[in-house]
Amino acid sequence: MTIQEIQDEIVDEFSMFDDWMQRYEYMIDLGKSLPLIDESLKKEENLIKGCQSKVWVHGEMEDDKLVFTADSDAIITKGIIAILIRVFSNQQPAAIIDANTDFIDEIGLKEHLSPTRANGLVSMIKQLKLYAIAYQTHLN
Amino acid sequence: MLDIQQIRKDFPILNREVNGKPLIYFDNAATSQTPQQVIDCITDYYTIYNANIHRGVHTLSQEATDAYEEARIKIQKHFNAAKPYEMILTSGTTDSINLVANGFASLLKKGDEIIVSALEHHSNIVPWQMLCEHTGASLKVIPMFESGQLDMEAYTSLLNENTKLVFCNHVSNALGVINPIEFIIEKAHEVNAVVLIDGAQASPHIKADVQALNVDFYVASAHKICGPTGVGLLYGKESWLNKLPPYRGGGEMIDQVTFEKTTYAGLPHKFEAGTPNICGVIAFGAALDYMNNLGFEAIASYENELLEYATEKLLAIGDVIIYGSGAKTAVISFNIENIHPYDIGTIVDKLGIAVRTGHHCAQPIMDFYKIPGTVRASFSFYNTKEEIDTFIEAVKKAKMMLS
Ligand SMILES: Cc1ncc(COP(=O)(O)O)c(C=O)c1O
Repeated sequence: MTIQEIQDEIVDEFSMFDDWMQRYEYMIDLGKSLPLIDESLKKEENLIKGCQSKVWVHGEMEDDKLVFTADSDAIITKGIIAILIRVFSNQQPAAIIDANTDFIDEIGLKEHLSPTRANGLVSMIKQLKLYAIAYQTHLN
Repeated sequence: MLDIQQIRKDFPILNREVNGKPLIYFDNAATSQTPQQVIDCITDYYTIYNANIHRGVHTLSQEATDAYEEARIKIQKHFNAAKPYEMILTSGTTDSINLVANGFASLLKKGDEIIVSALEHHSNIVPWQMLCEHTGASLKVIPMFESGQLDMEAYTSLLNENTKLVFCNHVSNALGVINPIEFIIEKAHEVNAVVLIDGAQASPHIKADVQALNVDFYVASAHKICGPTGVGLLYGKESWLNKLPPYRGGGEMIDQVTFEKTTYAGLPHKFEAGTPNICGVIAFGAALDYMNNLGFEAIASYENELLEYATEKLLAIGDVIIYGSGAKTAVISFNIENIHPYDIGTIVDKLGIAVRTGHHCAQPIMDFYKIPGTVRASFSFYNTKEEIDTFIEAVKKAKMMLS
């Protein structure tokens, strides 16, 4: 699926929730479901700094696709990370670079993307894009 | 007894909603809300007598100058400084601390020692680190106990003839613990060290008497005492203020200027270069009037009631860890076992409640407890037990959702 298709699918899923409680419960469940990153990758270089919750991101190429793993010590942040990974992981770097994040607004989580929120998500998206740019440059 | 419902009417912001719920503001330790009386004072200034001070002979300038100097006297009286000119008006606690740290750059030498407490706001540790780097002095730290209390025995043993300066907050911003500053000041003076007390967190709850404390410097910010942002004070004993060199050069702080030499103005102008926050200072005076009208004893006693009520209810939820005990202002810094403070803050915000989460600019304290941060609920005299009940329900809900 393309990034756009996945985003549409997520927007669809979230449209079924009536209120913020349900959305948050869903994200918390996502957050609890899995470790999203290998423990060995939770290292200093992968840590996004300056956030209240710790966020680790790692990306590597598998064939022509960029695969991301990430984690956080805060569960709501982790839930949002799970959504971001579903959207951006396993895509070609060029597609990741071009992708927008408007869907986050549409699913009612815009507040988490405010730079003042200090939860690392803005930096995390930036980091995902930087990985894509780095691998893209490398590919060319 | 305070009439809280009446008092709440003075704070227009308490009528607003957040996320569709009535605002519950429990982040008073970060900044306090502003009563209508102070807002009116700001409006009056800009609608009636806005002018630059100490410069013009015209009526507006005279009125503004008078109001500004009257405010200084209110601030002086509030903290019981001996002289109005011992109250330097600054842009806030941070600015005041930097002014002193900067002044000591020329008074310290290699081998001298500065003592700070383990409970400091870390932005306030930086000026002393810079001062040490600059002068070759070294920084010593008063350690803390698990209870959040400072270790006074360790403090006493740090003091010696090389100790030149002691810096400590009156109340810790991360935990709300009230520090034994009387003891700290007395012991420091036994070795002739200077003491600067950061009253930013204490000033909304405790009326400090700088002469009774015999403190050398005391600093605070207006925005935590119902006043505007960007205004603060530096109290200094006259003898010390005379010893410190000026901090910034500019208008107001000079006496005579030629290209060869400038002589500085006397106190307090020596430290007040440029056009100050005139309106802010006047409004700070109005804020102190407002608070004194309610009375600090009544405020402290009511806030203490809120603190006890909230502490008991919070502990009853279960798995709650509160950091800091003993004598405290109305601050509860806590975590729920195995839940990140950020997650709790997010859920309670959704329910219209403003609390602070994070390390509260006190990373060393968080490192001490080995936690990423805490949730900090800080109460003011305009808060109510009903609001605490709502908050407790919100924390319960957050706990249920998150565990
Ligand atoms: C203990 C303490 N010191 C200093 C400050 C800094 O005050 P300001 O930002 O007004 O300069 C604060 C504010 O949070 C504080 O709590």
